[in-house]
Amino acid sequence: MSPAQPSILIVAEPQGQQPHPVAYELLHKGRQLADARQASLDVLLCGTPGMETAALIHRGATRVYLMEDPCFALPEEQIFVAQMTAFLKELKPEVILTGATSFGRSLAPRLAAALNTGLTADCTDLHMDENGRLVQTRPAFSENILANIMTDTLPQMATVRYQEFPQAMPDPEHQGEVVRLPLPLPVPDTGVLIEKLRQLEVDITKASVVVSGGRGLKQQDDFAMLRELARTLGGEVGASRTVVEDGFISKDHQVGYSGHRVKPQVYIACGISGSPQHLAGMKEADVIVAINTDPSAPIFQVADVGIVGDLYEVVPQMIRRYGGIWPVL
Amino acid sequence: MHIIVLMKEVPDMEKVRFDTEKGVIDRKSAGTEVNPFDLNALEAAVQLKESAGATVTALCMGPPQAEKSLKEALSRGADEALLLSDAAFGGSDTWATARTLAAAIGKIGAYDAIFAGEKTVDGDTGQVGAQVAQLLALPLVSYVESLCWEEGKRLAAVVSLWDGFYRKTVTGKGLFTFTKTANTPRLPGVRDKMKARKAVIPCWKLADLAGHLDASETGFSGSPTKVKRIVIPPAPQRQGQCYRDALPEALDHLETLLKSKHLLKEVEA
Ligand SMILES: Cc1cc2nc3c(=O)[nH]c(=O)nc-3n(C[C@H](O)[C@H](O)[C@H](O)COP(=O)(O)OP(=O)(O)OC[C@H]3O[C@@H](n4cnc5c(N)ncnc54)[C@H](O)[C@@H]3O)c2cc1C
Ligand SMILES: Nc1ncnc2c1ncn2[C@@H]1O[C@H](COP(=O)(O)O)[C@@H](O)[C@H]1O
Repeated sequence: MSPAQPSILIVAEPQGQQPHPVAYELLHKGRQLADARQASLDVLLCGTPGMETAALIHRGATRVYLMEDPCFALPEEQIFVAQMTAFLKELKPEVILTGATSFGRSLAPRLAAALNTGLTADCTDLHMDENGRLVQTRPAFSENILANIMTDTLPQMATVRYQEFPQAMPDPEHQGEVVRLPLPLPVPDTGVLIEKLRQLEVDITKASVVVSGGRGLKQQDDFAMLRELARTLGGEVGASRTVVEDGFISKDHQVGYSGHRVKPQVYIACGISGSPQHLAGMKEADVIVAINTDPSAPIFQVADVGIVGDLYEVVPQMIRRYGGIWPVL
Repeated sequence: MHIIVLMKEVPDMEKVRFDTEKGVIDRKSAGTEVNPFDLNALEAAVQLKESAGATVTALCMGPPQAEKSLKEALSRGADEALLLSDAAFGGSDTWATARTLAAAIGKIGAYDAIFAGEKTVDGDTGQVGAQVAQLLALPLVSYVESLCWEEGKRLAAVVSLWDGFYRKTVTGKGLFTFTKTANTPRLPGVRDKMKARKAVIPCWKLADLAGHLDASETGFSGSPTKVKRIVIPPAPQRQGQCYRDALPEALDHLETLLKSKHLLKEVEA
């Protein structure tokens, strides 16, 4: 550690033996901040033994601080926070960035409270001002406003949305160092028993095409039609909250403010009205296609291709047209 | 069992208007309501009260008018309500809010669990619950999808984190944050509403938290983060094309887009 050089630190979240890909996006933004500040760009990764670190270095990390221990096998933020805090109090980074995943959003506030500093949630942009202080931009009021926020205390901490920034490009020539850290503390007894129940059926946040169904669907079985369209286009199926609540499909598929935020190349909304809470989860898709019988549905306000029509006529034609299989009724 | 439910009063997001040109939130344009996620936290507490026996206290920091939300909490099954309201608390960020709530909880003293919403629809951070947990050194059980009371008097929750669903069972005290999936909040009955309307809600000021909270830890001056500027972006609008009775043209348009993104296998004619 060179105390003279400030550190911009990324907290990477483990996903199996890999860092969650939001870390690669944070390396993209972090590189800009580190260059502006002439700082080192470091990563702190806690995970089970055998974590992959090469990609973090190739994508620009100066140092990867690695803590490996079986105690990091389960999402128990209290254990992560206790170990990280002890180390971070020594490293004293100027900036700490965490991905705003559900785990990141549970971990970072605890970490900030433990480090006695402020935290800005869910940032969509970050830059250094002329005095080398971090300007954090975040939406609030259910996405209706953007606020620029600064932190009076150090470290300046922010969580950043997944898929907000591009990933840092890998450069196999880039040199960096992996610094293995012993656990600074014994593993605390948190009073929480934790066991995994099941894996998510699908991770729709990573799909390049999402075909979503809403209340325009008459029955659960009709999702089969959307599945076939999704399969044809190499994508996954999403849903509005209404049909998740009706039990048509699991919450794993829910898009929106209280579901998943998706940013696919193409989003196809079938029988979805386009409530603000639904738009919050998909309005940043590259291309939005909407199929709705009601020409005044708000979803058409955000659609690149709006189709006023019955999804039961339109979707089967799409499937056949784009190479899938669906019977002609 | 004593459960403290953290509840915030927020503007009604369906109605609130934003002045894009002046860059201000027109708070008068909408009424206020209880943060929707906090109603799920309250409902979970009231269900525990019914199934296992519990006392439920609703705790809110906000302006004097926020009393209205606490009355609503009473009408929906809370036993007690407490308002934290003082000009000194104004302008608190999540850190100062969490400090203030934690100080009040410290003064309340005896509790077994704290319930909060996953996030607020105005602040939208989801930080306050986790920060309160850290300040009180409690385990955090965030993103609760369902909750049950287990043999041996323990709270067990199904949460969605990482790449799946986990069960977290808390052997002592804990702080739980609830998603909208956790339950369907009940509607208050007419008689409950009438009764709640007459309730007198105690209000604590900064002075009431002496020994638990210092003036330097709350409000605008106690907040490490400061909003420097607010921009209200125009509502999302795309230069889209809308097709009516022109499905073939619509499908052509989409095909061009899909091909440009290499999402369509070229089908030989
Ligand atoms: C705190 C909070 C969080 C929320 N979180 C979310 C969230 O994460 N995700 C979410 O989606 N919602 C969320 N909601 C709910 C949201 O407000 C809406 O109620 C919901 O998105 C509406 O779903 P929908 O569009 O499927 O249904 P509707 O609004 O009922 O729309 C159905 C649409 O289908 C059209 N239609 C009907 N038949 C056909 C047909 N045959 N062909 C084509 N179109 C047809 C209709 O014209 C209509 O526009 C949340 C609400 C709250 C209060
Ligand atoms: N002023 C407040 N009074 C009481 N509870 C609050 C307050 N602010 C936040 N909370 C609780 O903390 C949760 C998360 O809020 P936030 O961090 O603002 O998104 C909310 O759902 C409430 O349960």
